Amino acid sequence: MSKNKKIFFQILLVFAVLGFLGILINNLIINLTRTGIGFNFNWLTKPASFSLAEHPLPYSPSDSYAWALFMGWMNSLKVIISSLVLATCIGTLIGFLRVGKNSFFRIITAGYITVIRQTPLLIQLMCWYFVGFLSIRNNSFLNITNILNISNKGIELFGFSFSSEFSALLVGLSIFSSAFIAEVIRGGIQSVPLGQWEAFRSLGISEKHGFIKIIIPQALPAFIPGLTSQYLNLAKNSTLAIAIGYADIYAINDTIINQTGRAVECFIILLCSFLILNLLITKIMGIIDKSIMKSRI
Amino acid sequence: MKPILTAKNLTKSYAKGILALNEVSFTLDQGKVLVVMGPSGSGKSTLIRTINGLETFDKGELNVLGIKISADSDERKIQKVRRRVGMVFQQFNLFPHLSILENITLAPIQVQKRNKKEAEEYGMNLLCQMGIESHAKKYPGQLSGGEQQRVAIARSLALKPELLLFDEPTSALDPERINEVLDAMRRLADQGMTMIVVTHEIKFAKEVSDQVLFIDSGKILEISSPEVFFSNASHERSRKFLNQIN
Ligand SMILES: Nc1ncnc2c1ncn2[C@@H]1O[C@H](COP(=O)(O)OP(=O)(O)OP(=O)(O)O)[C@@H](O)[C@H]1O
Ligand SMILES: [Mg+2]
Repeated sequence: MSKNKKIFFQILLVFAVLGFLGILINNLIINLTRTGIGFNFNWLTKPASFSLAEHPLPYSPSDSYAWALFMGWMNSLKVIISSLVLATCIGTLIGFLRVGKNSFFRIITAGYITVIRQTPLLIQLMCWYFVGFLSIRNNSFLNITNILNISNKGIELFGFSFSSEFSALLVGLSIFSSAFIAEVIRGGIQSVPLGQWEAFRSLGISEKHGFIKIIIPQALPAFIPGLTSQYLNLAKNSTLAIAIGYADIYAINDTIINQTGRAVECFIILLCSFLILNLLITKIMGIIDKSIMKSRI
Repeated sequence: MKPILTAKNLTKSYAKGILALNEVSFTLDQGKVLVVMGPSGSGKSTLIRTINGLETFDKGELNVLGIKISADSDERKIQKVRRRVGMVFQQFNLFPHLSILENITLAPIQVQKRNKKEAEEYGMNLLCQMGIESHAKKYPGQLSGGEQQRVAIARSLALKPELLLFDEPTSALDPERINEVLDAMRRLADQGMTMIVVTHEIKFAKEVSDQVLFIDSGKILEISSPEVFFSNASHERSRKFLNQIN
């Protein structure tokens, strides 16, 4: 394609995008004037007048919508960060076993990854909630004195108790993401040339030592892009919390929209929340990536 | 003469039907240099890699430095061999995330539990022998191919091996870098190191080796002195091969 033609098509594209945006904004304005409530955020200071099952900071229905939204954001953050840690631990373990020498574990983990990746997350979450936690009949399913107690009321660990909604979401998100993370780990390890394995083996270095000292440091940079996109997915997937009644930011937004009809404002808040959260994740992973690269030379 | 290595009827196939090694038997005495030659895919790498257990074999027996290895030997026995046999690869295979000196001291510290200072002193000593002591703090990516290969040789010497294996050590190098590596190998041979070298470098083979082993389709066709092999090879296949690479 000639240079002029290229420029022509680019200008055409810009006009198409601008036109499309114009139509959207026009529709929005028409709708807002028709409902007659206008566009503003003043309602944020009014009392929310609904109760929350879970709130990391003190909250009552007389608190403002803004505070309720903030509780939702905290709840989201809580489940996202803890799932992120748990998913990384499980995923790394599964990924290592997937490329390990033991063929029994290799087959088991391949099965795990396939089953988890090929079924919808929503169904898995429902399973963990209704078939998992809520169906536990007796007071306790697993009880290790004073350390861990799993029951239909959720998980209790070292005296901290977590609701069954939070627990189901945590387990569901972690298990789901761990299968994808395991594949990232496997890909990273397999990106290290076979010659590196042969070099440390021929020096009489054990498999374990060579794996830790030679293979992992070289696989780390290859983990980062894959892990970043899995973490972003995890954050976005956490909005499925609404399906099992966990009061995350999406669920609270939903309630507020029903009460106030402020759909446009609520979705702007929601989109911005996730944009900020995901930019934060991307930024942190970028810093980790840079420090890995720097430590190499 | 004390045999360092004895191979008896070594046989291996990767896929069914094709033999990478076919009843390979030979002996190597202490202080001798054996050059392995043969066409591409003849089994040279396979042969040299079975000696330190990078490849397993199906039948036959190996005796490396008095350690008997058979088809069903376990990892621990093979590790014993690896601690006493050094290996140098065509692609150098240096550890890119470690400095040159760390590349060399890793195995002595991890495997032989030497203290760091002692290992570093000996490592610097080896780098001096290879003429690259000024690069000790650099990383592999900052060195030329010839320098990297000399680091790899120094690394393989760090455990004070009794046998060194070279798999086409100069094939990945620019022509003007080949001699610096061959010279380092020549000095090792002069110091009495026992070596097995897969190479196409005829000049090196003529001047340094004590024996030339010619292998084709996994079978040893002849083992002779370099004088005989290069002027009067007994086998038709060897003569044809020599004509091709000359
Ligand atoms: N990992 C492997 N899997 C299957 N077949 C293999 C493998 N490695 C080698 N082979 C086959 O075994 C035979 C011997 O290979 P080998 O690498 O030992 O030959 P070579 O003499 O070193 O060749 P080159 O000069 O190309 O390095 C060849 O037919 C090769 O295709
Ligand atoms: Mg080869």
